[in-house]
Amino acid sequence: MKPRGHFAGVGVGVSEVDVSQLDRSLRQPRTLFSFIMTTATTVMTLCALLPLFSVLYLLVRRGGKELGLATFTDLPPAAMVEGGGFGNAIVGTVLNVGIATLISVPIGILAAIFLAELGSNSRAAGAIRFAAKVLTGLPSILAGVFAFAAVVVTTGGFSAPAGGVALALLMLPTIILTAEEAIKSVPSRMREAAIGMGATPAQVVTRVLVPTAMPGILTGVMLAIARAAGETAPLLFTALFSEFWLSSSSPQFLPKTVGELMRPTPSLAVLIYNFSSSPFENQIELAWAAALVLVVLVLLTNVVGQALSRRSGLR
Amino acid sequence: MSASGRLAVRLKAVPRAGNEDREREDAVARAPSSFDVAFDRVFRALAVAAAWGSMLLVVVVVYEIARSAAPAIARYGLGFIGEKTWDTNRETFGILPQIFGTLYSSFLGLLLGAVFGVAIAIFLSERFFSSMLDSLLHAIGYGEHPVLGRLPDQLEAALKITIELLAAIPSVVYGLWGIFVVIPMVRPMADWLNSHLGWIPLFSTPLSGPGLLPAALVLAIMVLPTITAISRDALVAVPPKLREAAFGLGATRWEAILAVFVPTAATGIFGSIVLGFGRALGETVALAMLAGNANVVSWSLFSPCTTLAALLANHFPEAGAVEVGALMYAALVLLGITLLVNIAGAFVLQRAEAGLKGLR
Repeated sequence: MKPRGHFAGVGVGVSEVDVSQLDRSLRQPRTLFSFIMTTATTVMTLCALLPLFSVLYLLVRRGGKELGLATFTDLPPAAMVEGGGFGNAIVGTVLNVGIATLISVPIGILAAIFLAELGSNSRAAGAIRFAAKVLTGLPSILAGVFAFAAVVVTTGGFSAPAGGVALALLMLPTIILTAEEAIKSVPSRMREAAIGMGATPAQVVTRVLVPTAMPGILTGVMLAIARAAGETAPLLFTALFSEFWLSSSSPQFLPKTVGELMRPTPSLAVLIYNFSSSPFENQIELAWAAALVLVVLVLLTNVVGQALSRRSGLR
Repeated sequence: MSASGRLAVRLKAVPRAGNEDREREDAVARAPSSFDVAFDRVFRALAVAAAWGSMLLVVVVVYEIARSAAPAIARYGLGFIGEKTWDTNRETFGILPQIFGTLYSSFLGLLLGAVFGVAIAIFLSERFFSSMLDSLLHAIGYGEHPVLGRLPDQLEAALKITIELLAAIPSVVYGLWGIFVVIPMVRPMADWLNSHLGWIPLFSTPLSGPGLLPAALVLAIMVLPTITAISRDALVAVPPKLREAAFGLGATRWEAILAVFVPTAATGIFGSIVLGFGRALGETVALAMLAGNANVVSWSLFSPCTTLAALLANHFPEAGAVEVGALMYAALVLLGITLLVNIAGAFVLQRAEAGLKGLR
């Protein structure tokens, strides 16, 4: 029998095998095909990495040039004016995301507790989980439209809380789904031990499950914060933008009255968006610097969040 | 000895470190105090409320947008979808170019993003990168080196994280990058194609700066991480016995991938593409910055275009009451399209998960 293909010798006594048949030769069409496909996917993977490195390189080169202490402490410059910064936008981003975090984290973790523990097998849990998955795909601009209709129209103006509600809507599903996974991954023997000792369901959750799952929950929260900090679309017509500090009395970066809180609030993302189409060179350069700061913030939050869950030595 | 007594003895025998007084107090079994019971009730009620609230949120979002759109729906009716002009002064509003632009740009971005995304998912799930490095190290004789020998695995993990980082870059930064990198880069090519192959509808207009092609390219980069991550999970979930059987029958690596792994993971991969489509449909600022925002219906890759999300982003901040109504109508249409696509995607992925259970 003639050996066909390069595995045909297997099963025959070792002494009878034509060793050259077993060599991986590119002259075999099957091997050649494999080789070509491997090369193609490798090249495609490398190609996909190019944009990332191009973005990072340009951010450092164009944004780094502008960066200085003044960029963090000054207000955005008018057209053609040298210098200036985006101190108010950094504070505004922190304020918007802070409000969103305050809204979404408690609700998200409580909902995750219901999904993972209290009602894990109920019909409702399935429906809620599905709704959360659908919410992950909600276009960010529609979160803005919702906050506009629900908050801006009712309170009568653009404000940080309106932006916060829009961002919270985007953070919520991420927090629910990651926290659910984290709580579910707590070993069942720990849960059973707690139940066996007579703990009430709430005690099981608050004293055993949540503390043990904390690294995973925090990862989800950090990822959600990172995403929210970079969002522009939901803020465009909820928090809007402002060229000024959040407060008129010192310290200026802290809104001190409800009235000051309910004013249009600047953010890094909207600053980049507005300045990117500016005809003035200094504003474009500032947009790059703001983009660098934003990306560093977002990537740091991301990396810290992922490191949290990787380091937790559960099990 | 009673059961509770035994429990207490057993618990006391457990060696413990630190906090001894407190733990001993906890270890003695006692019925929950009335505070414990009340706390339990309140906590559970809160959790149930939060969970139901999260689900109701979807309904509330739809309701709130639909309510705000109601006057415009009553005024413009279904003609809104077929109308091509958006004129605030004459109060004539229509979103045909936006719907066309949304679908067309998303389709193009998805085409590219899916091809690359699935290829990278295969690359990552089959651990090509670490096996390449591994054979390289063996070739130069460092394969079993205590430090260098671990390098392939570490670099493989680093590659996976790097791909995930693509998703972490905010879309406004991609927009900025697109304006200053992608548009100047594709322009010479676009001009050449237009002047030499202008009779093909795809190349029938020159690229005047922002346009469909740069928008679709950036869109592809933005949907790629979604597609890669979910497809990779689907490929990794292919049962090992199928994997081993394929190789045992003598399949080459790519025969196994194309004939066994990809078909087994097909539902998951398809789901990832549908979800990627959902992402692309709703993407806003990068498109508002790169697409050109012109009310044009054109098949040309180089023509400026607009999308529903970009329309909202551009017109909302300065809109008057009548225009806000029309914008809410447009938002409702976008919501309808994306909800449909996302529900389909989530449904497909659920099927994929259920389907694999039978194979295990």
